[in-house]
Amino acid sequence: MALISCEGVSMAYGGHVVLTGINFNVEMGNYICVVGENGSGKSTLAKGLLRLMPPASGRITYGDGLVSNRVGYIPQRSPAGADFPAGVYEVVISGCLARRGFMPFYSKNDRQNAIYNMKRLDIESLKDKCFGELSGGQQQRVLLARALCSAGSLLILDEPTAGLDPMAAQDFYDIIDELHSRGDMAIVMISHDVGRALSGATHVLHIGCSQEFFGAREAYLASAAGRKFTGMGEESGAAPDA
Amino acid sequence: MPDLPAILSEMFSYAFMVRAFIVGLLVSLCASILGVSLVLKRYSMIGDGLSHVGFGALAIAMATNTAPLAVSIPIVVAAAFVLLRISENSKIRGDAAIALISTSSLALGVMVISMTTGINTDVCNYMFGSILAMSRSDVYLSVALSSVVLVMYVLFYNKIFAVTFDETFARATGVRAGFYNTMLAILSAVTIVLAMRMMGAMLISSLIIFPALSSMRVLRRFRSVVVSSAVISVVCFVTGIVISYQYATPTGASVVCANIVVFCALSAARFFMNRTGVFK
Repeated sequence: MALISCEGVSMAYGGHVVLTGINFNVEMGNYICVVGENGSGKSTLAKGLLRLMPPASGRITYGDGLVSNRVGYIPQRSPAGADFPAGVYEVVISGCLARRGFMPFYSKNDRQNAIYNMKRLDIESLKDKCFGELSGGQQQRVLLARALCSAGSLLILDEPTAGLDPMAAQDFYDIIDELHSRGDMAIVMISHDVGRALSGATHVLHIGCSQEFFGAREAYLASAAGRKFTGMGEESGAAPDA
Repeated sequence: MPDLPAILSEMFSYAFMVRAFIVGLLVSLCASILGVSLVLKRYSMIGDGLSHVGFGALAIAMATNTAPLAVSIPIVVAAAFVLLRISENSKIRGDAAIALISTSSLALGVMVISMTTGINTDVCNYMFGSILAMSRSDVYLSVALSSVVLVMYVLFYNKIFAVTFDETFARATGVRAGFYNTMLAILSAVTIVLAMRMMGAMLISSLIIFPALSSMRVLRRFRSVVVSSAVISVVCFVTGIVISYQYATPTGASVVCANIVVFCALSAARFFMNRTGVFK
């Protein structure tokens, strides 16, 4: 049984169908990279997977005991402006909230979990800093720590490196690779940054208003869609490196 | 320098002053902590809109000779629902729609008043507030309702932070953000109606906005901003009511003036902290 299975899913946005014919499964241990042009419906698909938006047709089913309050999610853009007064620790521990249900306060376990995830991502020293004043790369680490607090077995990342400088983006991909190598969760990453994002992935879902490819990374790189999109086709040999 | 203990003991020898003091303290507390979320969620206009709706409701209550709080609380809560839907629905211009509703209820209130009692002291009190407006039953109701607001806020504090900071993440992980937004709007509506009679319909939204903005000048964490807003609000209320008692100025305006002073002082503090590099 897959963590998530999409069967013939189409998504509509403001009455217009933006995505059709999506069929794929997310299995434990998968690292699926979702690629496609701007406006190909990648973020809309993420909304569907997160159940923020119902599919226009088809079915998105959660399996393997996955429930929505055990999904970790990293949004495309930083949620709050620089003037928002929020401490790093406050942000990270808010990831534990969904599991609290109607219990009003965090338990000792939640607090330990938050500290553990901050240590894991090497941001414990930022604990008392203001979220809005951190650099883009630090903010993404904080949001990842929050996502890990809520994640049981699935992490969904919506263009997590958009707006980061190349060094910070590289760092972020390294962290994701490291998390994936532990093998205790599945990762779905939406990305436009094809080169680096693909190198760690096990599977690729290529969409362009409909599903163009889903399968293992090696098969994708060899496919027509993959060669065209990653620029590794016949002309790539002549492409300047700059 | 006037003799403060003497003024205070004289002030509290009047039963109406004690009533005003208790209710004012509680509603200032409620308004300031709710204000942090309202300001950060860009809902400040909702507070202003609700106070105008409250004025219309009070005018109707006065014209029909019914209990003011009993009439205006349901009307303002209903208006809070409508205003929240409007500002969440991006298809309508949210700010324009709120201005439309608030001026409409103001106009309606003025029409009702001029056709019945005419513009008299009561109306002036609704506009600019009066501590004499509190009857004994009003006090019981106000104390009960503001205690409910405070308890709800403390119980749902963590969820309120989550939906204020990042509503999408909260929704994605199964927190019912719509429910908490609605709760925030209802609590604000109740607080506004309770505080309006003392502060006046024209001035009540300052009680919501000022303490939060003042705190955010110098503090950078949500919890510290909430706590400091509560403290600032209470201090400004006490200062305001003492000044209003001593110099016979309107209570609402005096409290707002105290808030203006605090805001300016903290803005100046931030300016100097920026220059000396303490901040950032």
